[in-house]
Amino acid sequence: MESTYADMTLDQLFGEHPHAREFFSALGLSSLPEGQTLGRTVAALDEELLLDVGIERQDLLGQFCDYMAGIERLRNQQQALVSSVTVLGGRDKSGNPENFRLELRPGEVTCIVGPTGSGKSRFLADIEWLAQGDSPTGRTVLINGAAPDLARRYAVEQKLVAQLSQNMNFVMDLSAEEFIRLHAESRMVADPAAITATILELANSLAGEQFTPVTPVTALSGGQSRALMIADVACLSSSPIVLIDEIENAGIDRKRALSLLADQDKIVLMSTHDPILALMGQQRLIFKNGGVSSIRSTSPAERANLTLFEEMDARLTAVRHALRNGEEIAGEF
Amino acid sequence: MRLITVAGPPSSGKTAIICKTAEALQADGVSVGVIKFDCLSSGDQVLYERRGIPARTGLSGNLCPDHFYVSNIEECLDWGLQSNFDLLISESAGLCNRCAPHIKDVCAVCVIDNLSGVETPRKIGPMLKMADIVVITKGDIVSQAEREVFVHRIRQVNSSAVIIHVNGLTGQGGHELGRLLRDAAAVDSLQGKLLRFSMPAALCSYCLGQRRIGADFQMGNVKKMELG
Repeated sequence: MESTYADMTLDQLFGEHPHAREFFSALGLSSLPEGQTLGRTVAALDEELLLDVGIERQDLLGQFCDYMAGIERLRNQQQALVSSVTVLGGRDKSGNPENFRLELRPGEVTCIVGPTGSGKSRFLADIEWLAQGDSPTGRTVLINGAAPDLARRYAVEQKLVAQLSQNMNFVMDLSAEEFIRLHAESRMVADPAAITATILELANSLAGEQFTPVTPVTALSGGQSRALMIADVACLSSSPIVLIDEIENAGIDRKRALSLLADQDKIVLMSTHDPILALMGQQRLIFKNGGVSSIRSTSPAERANLTLFEEMDARLTAVRHALRNGEEIAGEF
Repeated sequence: MRLITVAGPPSSGKTAIICKTAEALQADGVSVGVIKFDCLSSGDQVLYERRGIPARTGLSGNLCPDHFYVSNIEECLDWGLQSNFDLLISESAGLCNRCAPHIKDVCAVCVIDNLSGVETPRKIGPMLKMADIVVITKGDIVSQAEREVFVHRIRQVNSSAVIIHVNGLTGQGGHELGRLLRDAAAVDSLQGKLLRFSMPAALCSYCLGQRRIGADFQMGNVKKMELG
């Protein structure tokens, strides 16, 4: 492989592999002459320049080939389909066995409840780490019913869990469209423009107030940011599991947000104490003392209550709306 | 004893990551010592010792910090050997982004944070490009999309490193990083070992205390910008 690339001229190389150019510009070698073969170009690079950018001549070709191989892997990644994640109980902080077997499947929403310090974060860390009885809780995680390949633990490109939390912000100085496109390009999707348009449309359908593709991501409201993050994770993240830490009640259609993730076959884990969100899940895990103390399926009676809570919520939303419009909060709401 | 060089831009979370990882290692019965390299002052030794992690501080003061580091690391290794640590971590900042404390055949870690922006991986030299392990911090406060783009940008400049997210506040990922460090190569002597890359050359009149500005006062290794 190394010799194949080395024998190509740079304009050939950049023509056939557009991502190759990025490798050199990332290294600080952006204005290379393009007529020569890569091998000759590297051999002719000025020693001073190599010292300035901090790379050894003899390593350059090898690193380039590694990079290209990585890109190829990413492009061909038939993200090995995750059809189930199974967690086998370990023990809580006092060493008591948990005794559970939990199956998580794509399209399902599982809620996680329990006080601070009750072990919720550790549970998620166990999943990310693909624990095989070797984490502090002694839990075991199976993928598609079998012990996973442990090389995956440190394969950051194949991370199992994508995260969405209330503390997250956009820090890039880009418009919504540029931002999503950048993400799409880094994921090597075939048609970045099309997926960007889809994501912006979905985000707008979740957000209470509309934003345009040219709105800077840092200028989005809380609800709009969350909507964009959810639509982006649903469509672009390669991780089969999405972990959500609450979804704020204002400015976003939470029910649609969850069904969007479920429709994209994500396994949704949601840490929440909001009664409506908690009951939207198919089941919930109750944490105590560092362990799962019980697992509860959402019962028909709870579902009936959910409908009731949603009506209450709609009324409160109406009051909020009226407040914003300067109305008197009197009479029926 | 295993030796680890940890480097990263200022305020990227090196100390927090080392604290959390060392705590996880100590819980597994691995003894850890830390050498902190800093420039003017550092209160981090106290932070380490409060957690039961023996530490020493080296302040470079008026000297180039990374040159100071490389002139002292051998003695630091000896201190670690005498203290019977299983693992010794050296922490330094790589202040100009072109310096790197990484040594051939010694496990090299670079810490960078998500808040520093997606262009940052391109702005850091051998400290990142030649690291074996890249630790990303502050991932809990930026979007998933930015995290993924950031990882991609790191891959562009370092195609072989293990990239791992560690949260310096909650310690999430510290246990996992500890596992990697336990597998680092043992080092009994640094005599004759090579830095992974040369440090920036600096031998000009200003190195020797010159303060006056002007062509007449510039001697030695002087390079001029092209302003077009």
